[in-house]
Amino acid sequence: MKDLFLVFKNLTRKPLRLFLTMFATFVAFLIYGTLTTFEDAIDAGVELSADDRLVVVNKINFTQPLPISYVNRVEALSNITGVTHLNWFGGYYQDPQQQVITFAADPESFLTVYNELLLSDEERTAWLQNRQGLIVGEALADQYGWKVGDRIPLNSNIFSQADGSSAWEFDVVGVFTGTDEQANTAATYFHYDYFNETQTFGRDYIGFMGVRTSDPQLNEQVIKSIDDMFANTPFETETVPEKTFNKAFIEQIGNLSLILGAVVFAAFFIILVIVGNSMVLAVRERTGEIGVLKTLGFRSERIFVMVLAESLLLAIASGALGLFVTSLVVNILNSIPQLPVMVLSTDIILQAFGIMVLLGLITGIIPAVNALRLNIITALSRQ
Amino acid sequence: MSVLFELKNVVKGFVKGKEKISIFEDLNMTIEEGDFVAIMGPSGSGKTTLLNMLGGVDQPTGGEVWFDGERIDSLSEGNLAKWRANNVGFIFQFYNLMPMLNAARNVELPLLLTKLSGKQRKKNVETALTLVELADRAKHMPSEMSGGQQQRVAIARAIVSDPKLLLCDEPTGDLDRATADEILRMLQLLNQKFNKTIVMVTHDPAAAKYAKRTIHLDKGEFVEEELVA
Repeated sequence: MKDLFLVFKNLTRKPLRLFLTMFATFVAFLIYGTLTTFEDAIDAGVELSADDRLVVVNKINFTQPLPISYVNRVEALSNITGVTHLNWFGGYYQDPQQQVITFAADPESFLTVYNELLLSDEERTAWLQNRQGLIVGEALADQYGWKVGDRIPLNSNIFSQADGSSAWEFDVVGVFTGTDEQANTAATYFHYDYFNETQTFGRDYIGFMGVRTSDPQLNEQVIKSIDDMFANTPFETETVPEKTFNKAFIEQIGNLSLILGAVVFAAFFIILVIVGNSMVLAVRERTGEIGVLKTLGFRSERIFVMVLAESLLLAIASGALGLFVTSLVVNILNSIPQLPVMVLSTDIILQAFGIMVLLGLITGIIPAVNALRLNIITALSRQ
Repeated sequence: MSVLFELKNVVKGFVKGKEKISIFEDLNMTIEEGDFVAIMGPSGSGKTTLLNMLGGVDQPTGGEVWFDGERIDSLSEGNLAKWRANNVGFIFQFYNLMPMLNAARNVELPLLLTKLSGKQRKKNVETALTLVELADRAKHMPSEMSGGQQQRVAIARAIVSDPKLLLCDEPTGDLDRATADEILRMLQLLNQKFNKTIVMVTHDPAAAKYAKRTIHLDKGEFVEEELVA
């Protein structure tokens, strides 16, 4: 028998109380794990942005188009290694509720500027050669069971064809993955030419440009060159680093960090009160036993450590369980392509472990100090 | 026989509100090794306070307490804990076993304060439980045992680390006559056969008869001492 055995026996002596306290702590860590992983996934869109990539949009707002002629003019500027352009298609599959993130792109320049999307050589060649070719992200392909060789219709909730149809037929020619596991693979891309020739309005206009610079340190210079070039034209531009663009896009939802942080803080604050109160009561009930241990010769410091170890064990066991269930929840959420790819990272696990230790120390310190200070005579007389 | 305990001019008092209450004003006492002393007296006479001072769980406000040539009243809390672990076995009125540990684990508790190996600790626990005739109850929880059995486990816990001194605070106060006699015979055996020095506080004159001598305390003073034949 070791001290740890005594700690364990004390912790488990009232199973119902242990279960309720552990359950409350478990829920707090499940909330923490899931929300933090979700926030991390949202932030990954910003974090994974390339430092040397810029986004050029219409200065009025990013829903307004730009003339396609701008692409050649930007390409002609110095310190630029690649320019591509994309149009938001407003796609859905079979049912308007089943929205599919779909862009019309120029395949060759797109694959150069967004080189974090991975396709096999065969798929790349097939896409370049097939005007109706569609490349599909792995997450979407998994969701709808699409595979190379399939012919699928995608509808647009914005555009229509000359015959009045809003459906475009595509050949799935490739399924792309990302260089990072959190890369967004819940999107599809098809030929701009196919889109431009078949749609009934807005021909020869693009949604935005992606521009790759030769050095991130030259970004400011390139931004100025682009925006100056189109200043005082009917289509003035606003050029920003991709990271800034993505961040601003996410912030449209609201201050997500603040909202999630507030929820997590509230969960932990309540847990702190519940577990702290439970620990104080649990140790108070054992006043006589602590007095006996001291009488037998157990030093006060040793009992202090044992009480603290008890609260730490409680917090770590419940927290670990919370994180384990978080990993299951994350797996389930990752099967929903509309959500960003969530990864329960080592950083989040380490942070959670830090919170577990902190929670254990904070909830255990008062009863531990009470046990430390407890006078034997007082303790035995309270029995 | 050598002197095990010596109390010299011991003073003990405490403050309650604005009032100073004195328990002992000049207490002198000697206990020899191998003695079996019963301390009797009315409530508030200072019996338990005396026992607590002998056991190093309470300290006098004046005077000296010597144990086996070592002055213990001036030891720090930590050193007193160590001294208690090495020299004293405690037996309480209400047994004070840990409810979540079985008999063997309860007996093993004082051995956690030693450097004995797990194997040696187990052996010592078995010996102690055999001595109190509870070897077959080693795995039983306190709630599964009678009061007499629980007190025997408490005795096994008190003797498992082989201390020189056993301090018993009303050890039969919660037991029926027959069980009380059984426990007292066990204490007598430990005193006579294993030369344990025993100091026992009791209200029960029948229990005191098992001791070698009885000290009567009243208002912090020894009023009478009688030797048991």
